Amino acid sequence: MAGNAPYIVPVGPIHPALKEPVHIELTVVGEEVISADFTPGQTHRGIEWMGLSRNPVQIVHLTDRICGICGVTHSLAFARAVEQIADITVPERGDYVRTIIAEFERIQSHLLWAGVAAHELGFDTLFYLAWRVREEAMDAIEVITGNRVNYDIIQIGGTRRDITEDQYVKIRKCLNTYKDLFAKLKKLFLEDAVIKSRCVGTGLLSFETAMAYSAVGPTSRASGVTADLRVDYPYCAYGDLDIKPVMPTIYGSDVNGDTYDRIVVRIFEIAQSIEIVETCLDNMPPGPALWEEKVAKILSTCKKASGEAVGRHEAPRGEAVHYVAMDGAEAPIAWKVKASSYSNLHVWPIILKGAQLADIPVIVASVDPCMSCTDRVAITDNGSTKIFTKEQLAKMSYEKSRRMMQ
Amino acid sequence: MNIILSAVGGTVVLAIIAIIVGLFLAGIDRRIVAHMQARMGPPLTQPFTDVRKLFAKQSIVPANAIPWLFNLMPIVALASSIAVLLYLPFGSLAPILGDAGDMILVLYLLIVPSLALVIGGFASGSPYATIGAQREMVSMIAYELPLAVSVIIIAWRLMTANVADPFSFTTLMQTSVWDVVGPLGVIGLLILLILFAWITPGELSKVPFDTPEAETELAGGILVEYSGRNLGVFSLAQAVKTVAMIAFGVIILLPWNLSPVFGLTGAGAAVIDILFFFAKVIVVSIFSVTVIRTMMARFRITQVVKVYWFIFGGLGIAAIILLMLDAFLMGGI
Repeated sequence: MAGNAPYIVPVGPIHPALKEPVHIELTVVGEEVISADFTPGQTHRGIEWMGLSRNPVQIVHLTDRICGICGVTHSLAFARAVEQIADITVPERGDYVRTIIAEFERIQSHLLWAGVAAHELGFDTLFYLAWRVREEAMDAIEVITGNRVNYDIIQIGGTRRDITEDQYVKIRKCLNTYKDLFAKLKKLFLEDAVIKSRCVGTGLLSFETAMAYSAVGPTSRASGVTADLRVDYPYCAYGDLDIKPVMPTIYGSDVNGDTYDRIVVRIFEIAQSIEIVETCLDNMPPGPALWEEKVAKILSTCKKASGEAVGRHEAPRGEAVHYVAMDGAEAPIAWKVKASSYSNLHVWPIILKGAQLADIPVIVASVDPCMSCTDRVAITDNGSTKIFTKEQLAKMSYEKSRRMMQ
Repeated sequence: MNIILSAVGGTVVLAIIAIIVGLFLAGIDRRIVAHMQARMGPPLTQPFTDVRKLFAKQSIVPANAIPWLFNLMPIVALASSIAVLLYLPFGSLAPILGDAGDMILVLYLLIVPSLALVIGGFASGSPYATIGAQREMVSMIAYELPLAVSVIIIAWRLMTANVADPFSFTTLMQTSVWDVVGPLGVIGLLILLILFAWITPGELSKVPFDTPEAETELAGGILVEYSGRNLGVFSLAQAVKTVAMIAFGVIILLPWNLSPVFGLTGAGAAVIDILFFFAKVIVVSIFSVTVIRTMMARFRITQVVKVYWFIFGGLGIAAIILLMLDAFLMGGI
């Protein structure tokens, strides 16, 4: 490198720091990043397109496949949108089961993130610890839903399975283990001198920027935005609970909006989720968990429905939004997914600017990116993958727009 | 003629032993790290399998690399790592090249493998490797200060105790520095032991000082463009350098032999001493490489410099003061 000439360092789509289909281009002088840009959309899977030829009950299965980690997020947001259109009331017990599984998802997602963040910092021991601890949450999820990923527990009008008394014991055992481990995890993450020195003051996201770029979830809360869908617009069982958004001040620090604050928020959200699951288990109301057992009846109600609605859910990464429009036909006429990661990715160029090259992986990871949430097409037809050119995709897009306007 | 033959033969034998010990050290390291992280870990022979696989694979030279420099540097790294061994006494065995070189020469030779890595990194023309090479240079500047300080203060202390030729390894073999110091000196030497334990991971580019390779941000840094045979030779060089660096520390600060305890002489003494020597190397490697890399996150390059210059530099100065006071009290000056 000659003198102070800028140097381009590419990160992704194939890079050990970011095993996700996104390309980040960093312009560095010495070790300092002077500007950063990113190109998402390296894959497109077309789930929304597939959904438009299926009925809502089938789409619920499809929504589970949008993201490998947020199994409940998308199905819950979609189901809530359809329920609003078809005027379906979820039984109280169904709401509680939904809340419990959503909170377990938050626990496992945050622990997965914690492991990744530790690995990005070069602290592999903590990475293995976090992922081992995460297994307990996965076991609990398996006990409740029968699956470890793609849980498929949400149904329009409630949940496919109820939580029985036998399962209570296993879930509580997991929660108790977590309470013991939580103090250890907190100490390792928040009191380690090297982690502190690497994360405090890096990747600064100010309150104003977080608001201007509409950042959501822990990323925005770490910058002082007190938005939490569970508190602001309570749904499921959240209205019955006394919860407050987790802010960095919970660990006795000011709100700085740095990488460390984002770690603090996520670590304490795990503790909050444990409490929520416990409260829900204690106060589980009796009754069915599903509005209607017969799928045919659910389908016929959905078919008759027309209108549009937005389903929202506070996912582990932030607010996920599903827009659904139906016109009395079997399939919805419009379905649009806006995952939480999509809102958060746009802060990357801001928070990466001025950072040290060594801190890039942890800053990138600190917004907890999930590319599969933001990209949705790869049509597989009889085992062979169809490849669309840019022109073909543009043509399909025009056709879709015309069809929707008819 | 005989001397040349024995030197060449000795070098080959020593190189093979060092490669085997070095690769086993890597295996032990991986196994213990895995155990500390509650994992199984690979078999002890995994590094051998890795190197064998690398030698069977194609070496790719990047389009914008300088091919001759790119291909030469792994060999330079391996040759210079082996050259260090020729000056080191193993147990009660005298160095192959005898008194031809001293501690200062070894200090210089230890820089060469790192320099070869730096030149190879620059020659590969990759942005990751270039940044890795810059970082390697900075970390070399960082850890050389405490390393040089500790080596020179030990030689100085020996000199004040009227030991002739204090920089020579033959002297170090015969006179343990622990025997000439008083209580203050013992504290000073203990500080130097800690210092050496922390310099070793820096010299060997291990966590928390693996910034030049930084897997997560630089995708392997200096070595990112190396593949096949070239990477295999670099792996061997790394294995030999691990043995050389740790052996250097052991010779200076843990110089004891077992043969006087058992009253052995001749071949028996040589065998037991060399086994004990490698046992010490393994123990030191576990403490200064394995344990440290398990319990820490990677430093930024700026932090590496600060840690080595200010914390370990400060510790080095404390050791200097203690050893000087010790020499003064013991009547050396």
